[in-house]
Amino acid sequence: MNQKTVISLSPHIKDSDTTEKIMRRVAIALLPALIMSVYFFGLRALFVSAWAVICCAGTELCIQKLLFKRASSVHDFSAIVTGMLLAFNLPSNIPLWQVAVGSLAAIGAAKMTFGGLGKNPFNPALIGRAFMLASFPADMTCWPLPHAVDGLLNFTRSGFDAETGPTVLALIKENVKNGAALDTLRSTLPGYKNLFLGFTGGSLGEVSGAAVLIGCAYLIFRKVITWHIPFFYLAGLSALTGLFWISNPQIYADPLLHILSGGALLGACFMATDMVTSPVTVKGQIIFAAAGGILCGAIRIFGSYPEGCSYSILILNAFVPLIDKFVTPVRYGKN
Amino acid sequence: MNVLVSPVILLGAIGAVSAVLLSITARFFKVHEDPRIDSIAEMLPGANCGGCGYPGCRGLAEALAKGADKKDISALKCPPGGNDTMNKIAAYLGMTAAQTEPTIAVLRCYGTLSAAPSKYRFDGPKSCAVENMLFSGESGCGYGCVGNGDCAAACTFGAITLSPVTGLPEVDPLKCTSCGKCVTACPRNLFEIRTRGKKDRRVWISCRNTEKGGFARKNCASACIGCGACVKACPEQFSAITMQNNLAYIDSIKCKRCGKCISVCPTHAVKATFEPPKKEENL
Amino acid sequence: MSTDILHRTQYTFSIGGIHPRANKLTAGSPIRKAKLPPNVTIFLSQHLGAPAVCLVEKGQKVKTGTLIAKPQSFISAGIHSSVSGVVEKIEAMYDPCGYKRPAVIIRVEGDEWEESIDRSPDLIWKTGMSGPELVSRISDSGVVGLGGACFPTNVKYILPKGKTADTLIINGVECEPYLTSDHRLMLEKADEILIGIEILKTALSVRSAVIGIEANKPDAAELLSIKAADYPGTEVKLLKVQYPQGAEKQLIQALVQREVPSGKLPIDAGCVVDNIGTAFAVYEAVQKNKPLFERVVTVTGPNVAAPGNFLVRIGTPVRSILEECGGIPDNTAKIINGGPMMGKTLVNTEVPVTKGTSGILLLPEESACRKTEQNCIRCGRCVNVCPMGLTPFHLDVLSRHTRIDELETGGVLDCIECGNCSYVCPSSRSLLDYIRLGKMKTAHAVRERNKK
Repeated sequence: MNQKTVISLSPHIKDSDTTEKIMRRVAIALLPALIMSVYFFGLRALFVSAWAVICCAGTELCIQKLLFKRASSVHDFSAIVTGMLLAFNLPSNIPLWQVAVGSLAAIGAAKMTFGGLGKNPFNPALIGRAFMLASFPADMTCWPLPHAVDGLLNFTRSGFDAETGPTVLALIKENVKNGAALDTLRSTLPGYKNLFLGFTGGSLGEVSGAAVLIGCAYLIFRKVITWHIPFFYLAGLSALTGLFWISNPQIYADPLLHILSGGALLGACFMATDMVTSPVTVKGQIIFAAAGGILCGAIRIFGSYPEGCSYSILILNAFVPLIDKFVTPVRYGKN
Repeated sequence: MNVLVSPVILLGAIGAVSAVLLSITARFFKVHEDPRIDSIAEMLPGANCGGCGYPGCRGLAEALAKGADKKDISALKCPPGGNDTMNKIAAYLGMTAAQTEPTIAVLRCYGTLSAAPSKYRFDGPKSCAVENMLFSGESGCGYGCVGNGDCAAACTFGAITLSPVTGLPEVDPLKCTSCGKCVTACPRNLFEIRTRGKKDRRVWISCRNTEKGGFARKNCASACIGCGACVKACPEQFSAITMQNNLAYIDSIKCKRCGKCISVCPTHAVKATFEPPKKEENL
Repeated sequence: MSTDILHRTQYTFSIGGIHPRANKLTAGSPIRKAKLPPNVTIFLSQHLGAPAVCLVEKGQKVKTGTLIAKPQSFISAGIHSSVSGVVEKIEAMYDPCGYKRPAVIIRVEGDEWEESIDRSPDLIWKTGMSGPELVSRISDSGVVGLGGACFPTNVKYILPKGKTADTLIINGVECEPYLTSDHRLMLEKADEILIGIEILKTALSVRSAVIGIEANKPDAAELLSIKAADYPGTEVKLLKVQYPQGAEKQLIQALVQREVPSGKLPIDAGCVVDNIGTAFAVYEAVQKNKPLFERVVTVTGPNVAAPGNFLVRIGTPVRSILEECGGIPDNTAKIINGGPMMGKTLVNTEVPVTKGTSGILLLPEESACRKTEQNCIRCGRCVNVCPMGLTPFHLDVLSRHTRIDELETGGVLDCIECGNCSYVCPSSRSLLDYIRLGKMKTAHAVRERNKK
């Protein structure tokens, strides 16, 4: 033997999975949605996403190296994933300086102030989005319609204003306020197939439900997440909206429309499943997801916002410590 | 103008009613507390180190007030505050405080990286408690410092730093308040609270190894081998050094800091804060 | 080999579990007798409980099988010389943890066995002894649990007042990766094992015994199933390949669907569990008058030139057996006594084999050290894999801050130290290290509290 013996406590073997590998898989799962966003909104979508990633990673690097004077942990890919998810919550014509401000809120305020990865109680990307929505309401709610860009190479802001429009959910809410019947509005809205594929107005990542589901399937296949949170979130949303739709189909949209529009799929599959801010037990995750889905439906139906997904997840994030305290795993020998 | 009248009257009324309610509750639910406790707490350093044995400075203040009622505060002492603080508090309470010698935490080990080179590699968290639980330590000496810094982490005064040269913790005599946190933190009981000594002169045995000399030396060049040379060197009138289980011990009260034991130790296990006196020539 | 065995039901425990690579490199290597070393170092504490009291003196001649230390108290065991020769010295030697423990060092001269030991290979069925007589013989032979815990076997069969047992469980699982000593023993000494089980059944006054074997040992399961037909009441049950299938509490739940209550022993679930190697040692002790002084040890590792299963005399330095395996590979960084999940690292190869050494595993430099610890990402994998249903990430944090009350209610004393949590953690946190520390501190606090 050439070297000194290593003394350590057992176990002496280890699973090869690391935090970095897990985060990389999430980043890969987000690629289909990124590709579809470029297809619908042009190269600006790619530019906004890349810029958000740079801002988030840069904020984390600067805070860790300059403020804390410690080694940087950007290589664990979590800031990159936050950047991508933040970008997916933004319209493609968002000014880049606002993206930088949002990244500062997401990483600086929502993550680093609590102690970095694993210590934040709220989903950083959603905090960033909520912060930007409150600070820049006009720019955040002015979505370009898909294919409103002339050619893929249109990555400047000019020429967008004429081609923006409200999302499906905003239209429905407006309709309800006016007391008009839903059927007459429906003929002007994109059908289910178009909603699913992404031919609708909205933020970068939320338009194409198909791409989000492909990414989600990849995550489940690679055992990064389990099916419980996405399923029960959508089930909760469907249950509440379904109840109201049955009672009055002329005012309330059907559950399928709710699932396919807005950020419900993106939220259920990528935001609610963030392991740091969701419960550790499966039972806890089911409670968390179902309550989140119901709350999302409630905000959409009763609240003044047309979209309730991000707030429902943020509110449920606050309940996670409580859920984890009371929903404990089954103990051996305690029956 | 009319728009302003009703809100002003309404808010004014709410304010007045709240004020009345608050003053009534303040009177009925008032907690009576000994006024001395506040004054005593102000005189204490406010570090909440727990060195006195009570939960925080306020805990000691309450104990002192109770002690004053019993006319006995001799058992209470604030190590960081020292004699000055205790005298001030005693004067306030109309009593006298017991005068104690200033003390300091001393590390009883000199197994540096060069004196006790590592034979093995420990792989695990940087924790003395964990490494001690697992095995004797990288040097092989089961009594010595493992150098992971549990003491430095426990010190609330920032008085302990790990030296990258020796691998051992170093106590800053200016910052140490002898609160005793390092004594409980060290899993090998290597810290001892000893008197500082006049002009900061003190002597101690930097080893806690009770194995036979030969075995102890195998792991550390600075180990006490139990030869007894220091016991013989200590003048009879002081008799400050005793030998038990192959290990010497210097009583810090009996020791008069003459320094005769320092140079006789073959392994330099007798450490001091001053230079040993030159050996007298035999006439 | 019929395929019938693989179609049988596979039982398993219900909470947690992981599937590490089995790496049973030596499953096909028959047991070889290890060469006798020039001297042996026999520690006086080869078992759980009080150390044995030394009976020999320096210079005394001993034979193989001579009693050299007697049990100190009820929970203690005797120790017999594993070689013939002269007692060189009785002094404190460095044990696997680097601490000094009293040991007897014997210089080996020849290999003369005690006359009372029956060395013939004949199989002996009948014992002609009653339950208590059998327990007494087991105690006199220094038999301890060979599964790793080394609990004095006879103590398990003297039931506390008010407790009864209805099933004897024999642990033939060997769920740790790399280890194959039990597997080879089952294949080569099946008859002796089954008689040993009969002896234990009589000692416990039960009619039924269940042998649990993991499904990755179909040959052993098949062989024992066929032979067990001659022993009514003894049956073989197949277990799913999962770690820690062989852990006592999990084994009881898998085989008889009962859970051992928290803080209690298997006898509180009406069972007594013993390792298959212990059953073999009991056969030798009762039928052949042979005390426990040698055992099967698997010597293995990814870079070991000639790994194998050896019948080793207690006290043989590890270095001596390694020489028979092609020597220590150059890039060896870790020497482990036991398996990779629960084994203890040894300071060097001079450390001797004890009654609890089931394997010696050599790991190379590249797999010896852990990655840097990162923040807990609350992924919940440790919770999913814990076989006792605890929350390791939480217990880890509580231990770091010494929150004794919360550790106790969180169940830290129930932890079986299987290692699943540290194995799966993607942030490479030292979960089990701190949980062990927390366990130690909590147990100490509970003891202090009970004293009052």
